[in-house]
Amino acid sequence: MNTQMKNLVILGAGTAGTMMLNKLHKALDLSQWRLTIVDNEKTHYYQPGFLFIPFGVYSESDVVKPKVKFFPEGMNMINSEIWKVIPEYNKVHLDNGITLDYDILIIATGSKLAPEETEGLTGKLWKKDIFDFYTLDGAKALAEKFKTWDGGKLVINITEMPIKCPVAPLEFAFLADAFFEDRGIREKVHIQYVTPLAEAFTKHKCAEVLGHFLEDKGIELVAEFNTGRIDNEEKKLISWDEREIEFDLLVTVPTNKGADYIDVSGLGDELNFVPTDKHTLQSVAHKNIFVIGDATNIPASKAGSVAHFESEILTENILHYINARPLAARFDGHANCFIESGRGKAFLIDFNYDVEPMPGNFPLEHMGPFSLLKETRMNHLGKLMFRWAYWNVLLKGKELPVGPHMSLKGKILDDIYRSNDFITDEQQITKLSGGI
Amino acid sequence: MSAAVAEKVILGKTLAIDADGNLVNLSDWNEDIANELAKEEGIEVLNAKHWQVINYMRKVFTETGDAPSIRKLTKESGVDTKELYALFPKGPAKKAARIAGLPKPKGCI
Ligand SMILES: Cc1cc2nc3c(=O)[nH]c(=O)nc-3n(C[C@H](O)[C@H](O)[C@H](O)COP(=O)(O)OP(=O)(O)OC[C@H]3O[C@@H](n4cnc5c(N)ncnc54)[C@H](O)[C@@H]3O)c2cc1C
Repeated sequence: MNTQMKNLVILGAGTAGTMMLNKLHKALDLSQWRLTIVDNEKTHYYQPGFLFIPFGVYSESDVVKPKVKFFPEGMNMINSEIWKVIPEYNKVHLDNGITLDYDILIIATGSKLAPEETEGLTGKLWKKDIFDFYTLDGAKALAEKFKTWDGGKLVINITEMPIKCPVAPLEFAFLADAFFEDRGIREKVHIQYVTPLAEAFTKHKCAEVLGHFLEDKGIELVAEFNTGRIDNEEKKLISWDEREIEFDLLVTVPTNKGADYIDVSGLGDELNFVPTDKHTLQSVAHKNIFVIGDATNIPASKAGSVAHFESEILTENILHYINARPLAARFDGHANCFIESGRGKAFLIDFNYDVEPMPGNFPLEHMGPFSLLKETRMNHLGKLMFRWAYWNVLLKGKELPVGPHMSLKGKILDDIYRSNDFITDEQQITKLSGGI
Repeated sequence: MSAAVAEKVILGKTLAIDADGNLVNLSDWNEDIANELAKEEGIEVLNAKHWQVINYMRKVFTETGDAPSIRKLTKESGVDTKELYALFPKGPAKKAARIAGLPKPKGCI
């Protein structure tokens, strides 16, 4: 083996890590660079699909695939928990005893749920009357609960910000409204949306539109509520400033944190997110460490679409770094999210660090137009199509018809959307949405 | 530094305000302005504990360029979560940052 080979190590083979592996496998000279990826899970979870599981739209088999399926030919993964990074020595220690040396390290270990951070959350009501839908197990348990639940006070609560996919809890509220109406018990279900934010969403322009939708759907908004603890006896959420909210069924989005090894390695902030340059994606503390996806502390949404836009920027900057050039590619904070609003409709929002979401159209050739900030059926189809694009395009590091920088013009649709694979999924979309 | 979108007059001084309603220029701030900003937040008198938090926030901002999140406050300001909410009801990090003349903490997005 060539001993002069250099090592690029990717920590985490989720959305961002897998995309980077595929992109760098193409972009790097593999006679000089050895690529290694580490993850403690063998299964890739399509997390956006978790939202639909409680309502019986998707089941487990729709959201899991083996990770290795998305790796370049011949690439394998080291399957182990990461224990500690020692940046001073450019080493990563794994739980299985292996030590990896790196010249460049990419941190892509995402964010995880930490329900144990809130007093009483994982008490005796956990998975009985308190559920999360941000994990596969939580979403499946909630689906079971919903099958027999006959109404009462349903509280949807974001414990604290930041969380990944900040629109998912709102989508959950909209879908719950439609779900209970279809089951004929909507009038028996009192839905409250309880958030630490001052309004329904992190972006004011969206909050205006979405807040009005909550009202129309009879969902009560409780804002600026910072959950301090859960009273399991009296079934109440209690805020740090002693306000109380009763529930029969609590759907919680617990505190989100970065992985534990980030803390052990002294690389993170209070929530184990890694301080990262918001434009170059280089870690603030170490020049040869780059960070992507939910693991960063940058002020962008923690979303798969963001990770995708970042992956294009990061690939360029890694090449710049290797060639000792300035890191010229700059991430603008671009996020692009479909927001499911129930009854076969959805919104689409598009924003970045500087531009707030705005109304208009998001035209893609042969598809759409998707209406920005408006509730349409086409947006709903876009949301369902996203799953296909995720497995077939995004993870494999191929181009999506949306570039990394936010644009106010439409982009040209790639040939991929006309492939046979797509027809299959289109049929599935038709099935899911009850025929169009 | 965040962009100015409006102005407001406090104690006879015209001050630039950003989209979140926070001061744009650190140098516009002083203790009298802080007292006025506190009143806007429904805090009539700033006591010693309030000042401990405000001074800590300004210190962190000078060092790191970002106002601390509630998590960091709890860990490092010497005032616990419960008390922070008693001092600055509803949103301690956000409110204390406003009164301290700093932009909204990044963690609030
Ligand atoms: C319910 C829900 C709905 C969502 N909806 C959308 C949506 O509609 N649109 C959208 O764009 N995004 C959505 N997202 C967000 C999206 O899934 C994430 O932003 C995206 O997956 C982030 O990618 P990542 O690579 O940073 O993290 P992940 O994909 O979570 O990958 C992190 C990887 O690191 C591994 N790992 C972590 N710690 C360790 C360790 N110590 N040792 C070894 N391996 C480790 C994990 O096993 C995992 O494979 C949603 C998320 C949820 C939960």
